Amino acid sequence: MKLWKNVAACILLSLVAGAALAAGDVGEVKKQSLNITAIVMFLIFVAATMGITYWAAQRTKTAKDFYAAGGGITGFQNGMAIAGDYMSAASFLGISGLVFINGYDGLIYSVGWLVGWPIIMFLIAEQLRNLGKYTYADVVSYRFQRVPMRTMAATGSLVVVVLYLIGQMVGAGKLIQVLFGLDYTYAVIIVGILIILYVTLGGMLATTWVQIIKACLLLGGATIIAFGALYLASDGSFSLERMFQRAVEIKKSNDIMGPGKLVTNPVEAISLGLALMFGTAGLPHVLMRFFTVPNATEARKSVFYATGFIGYFYILTFLIGFGAIVLLTGHPEFADPSAVGGIRGGQNMAAVNLAAAVGGNLLLGFISAVAFATILAVVSGLTLAGASAISHDLYANVWAHGNVNEQKEVQVSKMATLALGVIAILLGIVFEKQNVAYLVGLTFSVAASANFPILIVSVFWSKMTTRGALLGGWLGLLSSTLFVVLGPTVWVDVLKNSAPIFPFKNPALFSMTIAFVGIWLGSITDNSENAKKERASFEAQDVRCQTGIGAEGAASH
Amino acid sequence: MQQDLVHAIKSNPKYHELISKRSRLAWILAIIMLVIYYGFVMIIAFNKQFLAQPLWEGATTTIGIPIGVGVILSAFVLTGIYVIRANSEFDRLTNEIKEEVL
Repeated sequence: MKLWKNVAACILLSLVAGAALAAGDVGEVKKQSLNITAIVMFLIFVAATMGITYWAAQRTKTAKDFYAAGGGITGFQNGMAIAGDYMSAASFLGISGLVFINGYDGLIYSVGWLVGWPIIMFLIAEQLRNLGKYTYADVVSYRFQRVPMRTMAATGSLVVVVLYLIGQMVGAGKLIQVLFGLDYTYAVIIVGILIILYVTLGGMLATTWVQIIKACLLLGGATIIAFGALYLASDGSFSLERMFQRAVEIKKSNDIMGPGKLVTNPVEAISLGLALMFGTAGLPHVLMRFFTVPNATEARKSVFYATGFIGYFYILTFLIGFGAIVLLTGHPEFADPSAVGGIRGGQNMAAVNLAAAVGGNLLLGFISAVAFATILAVVSGLTLAGASAISHDLYANVWAHGNVNEQKEVQVSKMATLALGVIAILLGIVFEKQNVAYLVGLTFSVAASANFPILIVSVFWSKMTTRGALLGGWLGLLSSTLFVVLGPTVWVDVLKNSAPIFPFKNPALFSMTIAFVGIWLGSITDNSENAKKERASFEAQDVRCQTGIGAEGAASH
Repeated sequence: MQQDLVHAIKSNPKYHELISKRSRLAWILAIIMLVIYYGFVMIIAFNKQFLAQPLWEGATTTIGIPIGVGVILSAFVLTGIYVIRANSEFDRLTNEIKEEVL
């Protein structure tokens, strides 16, 4: 019953958005009115989400409310929110842009990002729910020494959060620049201020609902663009074959129909695959969502719904990329020879420009507002995850050794949110010129090498000890970061050196191996008293993990 | 968790039934997913031309398109299989264990 209520609410929301679209039709005249449509729609979104934040603020009193929305989110809602976290502006704009430039290669990214979900489902979701409380560091420090384990897990979380934030902020700035005619710097500042408000006032409850609303709007908007573009690009026949034919004619080569230059050698392909698949299971803002549901049953449901929504979304981005090839290339109104890909705003704006080609200024306004909303929602989730790592892990458990009252902890979390908001703004400004999709790829390498190995081994291998975990975890974090910095993406493209020191763009194959070997070696050589105790307590951890007996309870209200 | 509770649960035959059934299913499905996905990645790594073949004589659509979409669908179907069994059979077993030991 509850599920259908949610589905109905989602449809209703899309309809309202559609009605708003239709109602605005009258005002559509020239280029200036485009900005007004987009700004009005965006302001409606901001007003609605501020309303939700106000509502959530009334209900956010305890630490459990702040970090985990009181544990009262349903599986369907959480699935929507997880999908929302995943359907970031970087993946919406970045993947459709990649498909627009490289064709089939874009699909390789999509597939890799999706197949992480079944693995999370089978190996991690319920274990995480049964062992943790607010952050994934709760899980990895469950039977190990608290201070060093938390410090490491929190550092891993923060590195991933910051890297991911860069991609999101750059997307935000670019988007608003193209759309609202606003200066890049102002755009980034507006995003920073709004997310600070959402997170500090409404905590996880507001963050979750902002994410759910945005997921509905984005899925609705992307569906309209994808099928509208397919209709137009296939001469009204909805034939994929026809659209592909026209795309190949325009590109004058059928390279776009198969894997091409994005993945150049086997090592890169396997390494990228590992990063995309296992990186998902190391993203702190996604893992955190498993603590917002009341039990393992709902945790599983949320992964199932999330996988469905995300898979559908990736199929849409593929259609959008090909639609953009056909409908944007050679049309002077979208052209900008100086930008990447030859379209206004560069390759990452393919989806946004396509919205204008399919549905005029009105759809452009709508999708731009949605894309902006997407950035706000994802950045809020990331900021909350980063703030939790600082307040729950570093402050409450490492610095204060668990002797801290809840109110104080939440206060620290809010201060951390403020700091992260400011950092996000600065990073957005510094990284303006990078391609956002690659940045997300790099984030996944670090998440797969630093966070994932510790998490999975602590749950499945009874012989892991604190020493092994620390050795493997730090090595994974350092090696993946170092390889990224010394590799072609940063060393050559950003720092302008002539040749990379580390030859591969995707380091996960190497850095994950280093992490796992580190864990193994550090653990088997550890014969300390502590190590014996930690091995002995695996049994109790495993029973709780498997049954949920003793796990954090459901909603307190 | 109390040590005697741990022993009570571990000596319950239903607990062993739950563990063996669930880990069997989880690992089988995980391996299927890994094989499908890394099969796809290996083709990209070693035989790009395979994916670039036309789907039928004279087609622009390549074999790679249904294969790529198929990998996406397989992920959805596999999670579905797990959720159906876990939320009925495994949850029932878990609840029975809880009733017996708590």
